[in-house]
Amino acid sequence: MGMEKQAVWLKDLFDIFPKERVLTDLADRHAYSFDASMGEYLPVAVVQPQSKEQIQRLVRLANSHRIPLYPRGSASSLSGGPLPVYGGVVVDMSAYPKRLTIDTENMLAIATPSVITAELHRKAEEAGLFYPPDPSSSSVSTLGGNLMENAGGPKGLKYGTTKDYVIGLEVVTPTGEIIRTGGKTVKNVTGYDLTRLLVGSEGTLGIVTEAILRLIPKPRARRTVMAAFPRFEDSGYALTRILGAQILPSAMEVMDEYCIRAVEEYEPSGLPLDAEAILIIEVDGHPAAVEEEAAQCEAICREHGAALVRAAATAEEQAQIWKARRLISPAIARLGPTKISEDATVPRGRIPDMMKRLRQIREKYRLNLVVFGHAGDGNLHPNILTDRRNAEEMARVEKAIGEIFAAAIELGGTLSGEHGIGLMKKPFMEMELGKEGVDMMRKIKEAWDPNNIMNPGKIFPDRNEADR
Amino acid sequence: MTNRLYEKAYEAANACVQCGYCLPACPTYASMGKESASPRGRIHLVKMAAEGKIDVLRDLRPPIDLCLGCRACEAVCPLNVRYGKILEAAREEIVVQQSARPAPGDRLTRMLLKNVFPHPGRLRRLGDLGRFLQVSGLLRLVRFPGANRLLPERLTYFAKALPAIPPAGERLRFGHVYPAKGKRKARVALFAGCVMDAVMFRIHRATVSLLTAVGAEVAVPAGQCCCGALHLHQGMTDEARKLARRNIEAFERCEADWIAGNAGGCGAAIKEYGRLFADDPEWTARARRLAGKLKDISEILLELGPLPFVNGPETVVTYQDSCHLLNVQRVGRAPRVLLEQVPGVRLAEMEGADRCCGSGGIYNLLHFSESMAILDEKMERVRETGAEVVISGNPGCILQLQIGIERAGASRRMRSVHLAEFLAERCGL
Repeated sequence: MGMEKQAVWLKDLFDIFPKERVLTDLADRHAYSFDASMGEYLPVAVVQPQSKEQIQRLVRLANSHRIPLYPRGSASSLSGGPLPVYGGVVVDMSAYPKRLTIDTENMLAIATPSVITAELHRKAEEAGLFYPPDPSSSSVSTLGGNLMENAGGPKGLKYGTTKDYVIGLEVVTPTGEIIRTGGKTVKNVTGYDLTRLLVGSEGTLGIVTEAILRLIPKPRARRTVMAAFPRFEDSGYALTRILGAQILPSAMEVMDEYCIRAVEEYEPSGLPLDAEAILIIEVDGHPAAVEEEAAQCEAICREHGAALVRAAATAEEQAQIWKARRLISPAIARLGPTKISEDATVPRGRIPDMMKRLRQIREKYRLNLVVFGHAGDGNLHPNILTDRRNAEEMARVEKAIGEIFAAAIELGGTLSGEHGIGLMKKPFMEMELGKEGVDMMRKIKEAWDPNNIMNPGKIFPDRNEADR
Repeated sequence: MTNRLYEKAYEAANACVQCGYCLPACPTYASMGKESASPRGRIHLVKMAAEGKIDVLRDLRPPIDLCLGCRACEAVCPLNVRYGKILEAAREEIVVQQSARPAPGDRLTRMLLKNVFPHPGRLRRLGDLGRFLQVSGLLRLVRFPGANRLLPERLTYFAKALPAIPPAGERLRFGHVYPAKGKRKARVALFAGCVMDAVMFRIHRATVSLLTAVGAEVAVPAGQCCCGALHLHQGMTDEARKLARRNIEAFERCEADWIAGNAGGCGAAIKEYGRLFADDPEWTARARRLAGKLKDISEILLELGPLPFVNGPETVVTYQDSCHLLNVQRVGRAPRVLLEQVPGVRLAEMEGADRCCGSGGIYNLLHFSESMAILDEKMERVRETGAEVVISGNPGCILQLQIGIERAGASRRMRSVHLAEFLAERCGL
């Protein structure tokens, strides 16, 4: 892309947007060059659309000049989803007008993509309703980002993930059409389910301008139990037994021994240092049921050798238990300034096997690898703490990550449970889907985006001639 | 050149994983709506400047200048990234590079910070001049419609918002000790500061009355001076260090149990004196000892109280956190507990009381329109509470909120006062 050509379309941006909505200063461009993953790519410009018509004109301009467009929410992505890998224009959708309507009669929320996830949580709860997807970034993440990455969170086991709540979309397609998919009804079998195709498409198939989301009644009560197990396997057995007893917890979080030690060293709160696993189990629903289920969970954990069991009824006690989980981030940050957060996911029953493999990888590559995650749905978060300035260690990190992916797939799992493919996992797509599987997805992408202008360079492994 | 910034800030900046959890806490991100005005964005830009990818003056300076320095981001950071340290290092580097080609405004600011603020005597004379202008009616001229054409808008607002300056004789006397009423429970040294001592010393009077009323003997150590926060925020680290040394020496001589601060920003600066002497273990230790003794007046009053309240009229008040009192000193509960104890007073919390009012030291003077955008939004939240009194614990916030009241045309039904003044009123002191 020569300088001359660049200058031509840069000028055209100002025909579409008022000048305060086009950022071209070097500082501004750098400020949109990153997300919460490791990558860093400088865009040519950043725009902040205020209407779908502006987006439509932008997309048409992009098609005529082959400008890569990179839609972005709050850029809390851990997979590089919004990174402008080929420069081009970052489309900052976090600045899009925020509109949120709660339709209590139909139990729906109608939202623009810039609405912050936590704001939807709050507004739904005010109406006695509940929007379960709860990524840990919910206080900053936008709904648009959640939709495009199909965000999950700890409640996946009982309540599913973002895709289970999106029933309708308004989208500007990569060729500049404005289309609506789905609608306001939970049941809808009219034609292909494009809504489901778009959710989790990582911004490669269009820019969402409105979403219709399903809400459910808010659970009336919630109980939390924490149990520490001297042997990791026992935590797995306890988990299976709880589910076998017809209890479906709203969250089942696990942390490994390295997490426990890091947290306890960071802020001592009486966690047993010799434990190999801590489970945090939360049940929600009718007050009477919840009480009984929490007691059952406690008993099952004790039967399976838990050395320490804490139960919480009040909000403060619950907060105390969740604190241990919340402290993982600052605690493990002290192990290294660069954090690589993976989300390889395996069938629940294979968690102990996966833990064993992760331990081997940790030892083989001599890395600070800690594991926590959503045990109920098999979604583990192996985190590697390193320093990106240490080239020798980074080489080991890269190999370790490859082996983590391979292990997850061998155990019948998937590369990514909730963070998305983005950049780092691209090369491993065929390992999970096969060449034919990836090709089928590529055909969809090519049909929707013939000029490859919408978030190019993501999801698909680079071909010889590259994407561009 | 860039290595200096690298050494000072890179380690701290590199600890940021760019998760963005700071975004909802940042007042300038909210008002300006772009990533270069967010904590995460600014940290990234400091990193880029340290790596030599962007220019310190051309690229880094504007977003750094527009930071309020409220440090609300630090309080919410899950990784405890030290934003204050990164910001100071960036400001220092900007000053070093700028000194080769200073702008006229910078020169004036720096001249004042260097030649006026460190000298309590000179400040007091300025304060007296201010009183003369107020009493003689000269200052009232700014209220005439034509004045706006002669004076910049920001100055007319400051002139209107400035509280009445009492006669010079009411100032506290340096070196004086005010005895405790009744049984002496503690010896407290009052930190007088610069603007508070010169202009807003009615707050000091109230502070001494309250402290002595709950049994504290209050010393006002001679030799103390401005805390240096303004200097530090303008990147004048050497000046700040000089002032810190003078204060450490003055307060060591006083041998008090506690040092009472009644300005959130000054207290925070003293709390962090240790950082100024990173290469000097002896001064670091002395600075830390001093910092350990510092308490906000609200904490001391709560500990030694109860205060001798008298019955007063039914009043609705709201409390605005001073950023540095809350985010650096971590004092947010004590002032509220005290206000709830006052007979006849209802504390109506405003939404976002913990968010900066846009004062930011002298940010409101340097970046008037950006500051007013934040302030006008704040005044909406104040209005919703129905409060007649807006209470805060830092002189800059009190002035800023009074400016907000003036801008909203609400000066007849609302006022902005320091916590100490309000409590003293309600104790009949």
